Amino acid sequence: MSTKNYIKIKNLSKSFGDVEVLKNINLEVEEGEFFSLLGPSGCGKTTLLRILAGFEYPSEGEVFFDDANVTSLPPNLRPSNMVFQNYAIFPHINVQRNIEFGLRKENLSKAEMEERVENALKMVQLEGYENRYSNQLSGGQRQRIALARALVKQPKVLLLDEPLGALDKKLREEMQIELRNLQKSLGITFIFVTHDQEEAMTMSDRIAVMDEGNILQVSPPREIYHNPKNKFVSQFIGNINILDADLKSIANDFISISVDGFGLMQLKNHKNIIESDQVNIAIRPEEINISKVSDSKYDCNFKGKVKNISFYGESTYFYIQLDNSEKILMVSTNESKETFSENDSCFVNFNSTNLKIIKD
Amino acid sequence: MYNKNNTLFIYCVFYFAFLYIPVLLLPIFSFNDSFHMVFPLKGFTFDWYIQMWNKSRLHQALFNSIKVGIIASVVSTFIALFAAKAFTRYKVKFHGLSYGAILLPFIIPEIIIAVALIVIWTSMGLKLGLIPVTISHILFCTPFCMLILISRMEGFDKSLEEASMDLGENSFWTFWRVTFPLLLPGIIASLLLAFVISFDEFILAFFLSSSDQTLPIYMWSQLRFPKKFPHILALGAIIIIVTSLIVMTAYWLRNLGQGKKKDFSIGI
Repeated sequence: MSTKNYIKIKNLSKSFGDVEVLKNINLEVEEGEFFSLLGPSGCGKTTLLRILAGFEYPSEGEVFFDDANVTSLPPNLRPSNMVFQNYAIFPHINVQRNIEFGLRKENLSKAEMEERVENALKMVQLEGYENRYSNQLSGGQRQRIALARALVKQPKVLLLDEPLGALDKKLREEMQIELRNLQKSLGITFIFVTHDQEEAMTMSDRIAVMDEGNILQVSPPREIYHNPKNKFVSQFIGNINILDADLKSIANDFISISVDGFGLMQLKNHKNIIESDQVNIAIRPEEINISKVSDSKYDCNFKGKVKNISFYGESTYFYIQLDNSEKILMVSTNESKETFSENDSCFVNFNSTNLKIIKD
Repeated sequence: MYNKNNTLFIYCVFYFAFLYIPVLLLPIFSFNDSFHMVFPLKGFTFDWYIQMWNKSRLHQALFNSIKVGIIASVVSTFIALFAAKAFTRYKVKFHGLSYGAILLPFIIPEIIIAVALIVIWTSMGLKLGLIPVTISHILFCTPFCMLILISRMEGFDKSLEEASMDLGENSFWTFWRVTFPLLLPGIIASLLLAFVISFDEFILAFFLSSSDQTLPIYMWSQLRFPKKFPHILALGAIIIIVTSLIVMTAYWLRNLGQGKKKDFSIGI
């Protein structure tokens, strides 16, 4: 895969009236990358996508596609196509003519046109649907037609605005894999907007986590999961235990920190924490083990009581009240720990190397 | 429960009787072989229809009405189309106020508009006739067209136009390929309704038409002569049928493609 940056966004801000929805965004997306904009509703991700499509213009800053400044280019002149959240299938024309819609200017012969449409339909596995109308299609089928209609234009960039949001869970998971495969085989850049962290994690090469108009972190999924930059990112991606902590001192490469429920601990300073930083300690539920007696395999053992057990099939979540804290710790395991029941006392054990130091 | 339904049924019968029996008398008497509109009916005849066919002043009046109706409906639909687009699509300044101002001709008594227009028109030294009638009908029809088109446009999904832009079309082609065909049923409904309103209109035409009679004015003028009365019944019967057909078509078109979405799909 080439590492050329196809999309460049420089110092981009956008305000609607007094509300600043995007604050000084800088972002580069590689050619052929599956890039997700992830964040809660109202974080500005859709606005950013609409700026890339040309439906909104930034208040400040510039957008480049392949080194060409497209900031003020209208949508019809951009080499990008969009799959809308509600699919926006034209209701007055059939599937065939919906897909042909964007090919008017290419002056294709009837046969060429039909071939392009046929190929596009084959790509989304809806051959034979040429004569259907939008109201004769299911949500999933409309979504595929919208995809075909955008891809038939052979865009350099495909913009997707929460396209899987309206589908049920099973179909959504199928489409995630299909979209990913499609993107790989076509090799074009996908910009995918979603509020669903799992969706972003399973499909993306890189994810930009957004909140309140800022991009908080741009990293590959694993990096975001294991090394979240701040508290918001850590909580938004997956489940995590966040513990209040009080920074005591920093000496050499180690910090001395008092953690709610765990007491005073020495941790490696791998994030260049300085004394004035406000920090929390975090640990993923699957990084903690639960046992009847303390386990010397781990360097941390704390006593607690099982408050709740939630069984999810492939994993089980234990909610454990630590003895010397108000804090309830989430512990997940995929082993069958059937020996535990609610109100049993237990030990939680983990290695201190798994503790993440997270800035506020 | 049963009793209540029964009362409602009787109420409905009376309601419809009240609405339509007077209207139904027109076609019945239009086939009656007598100058007088009284029961019992005398005999069956087509004379009044034949008489109607031969009146050249009636033809002139009908032609005038159609001319005024077509111009008024096209112009008011055109105005209403852009106004409706502005109200549904953009943040208009003083939205409530300007909306009210456009719908005001609805509420102002027609006779007030008629008097106002006749004063302005004559004080400008212009001759009364079909031109001021047409202008007043445009004024009068526009609010109706607005209401039809606004209801059509409110259901219009803005992302369809965006999709068209995204697929490479500029605003002109987007309007032509997406917006216009989707609004077409509403536009036709608006045209038909405006035409019917203009065709029926009496007060404005009475004040402003001078000697260029429209059909309602012609009918009114004939009522003074008992001998000429029956062919007006025949004309009335035809107008009832034609206008109801037009209005029904208009409503059918307005709702076309706007009804509940039927999903025939079988899933993937």
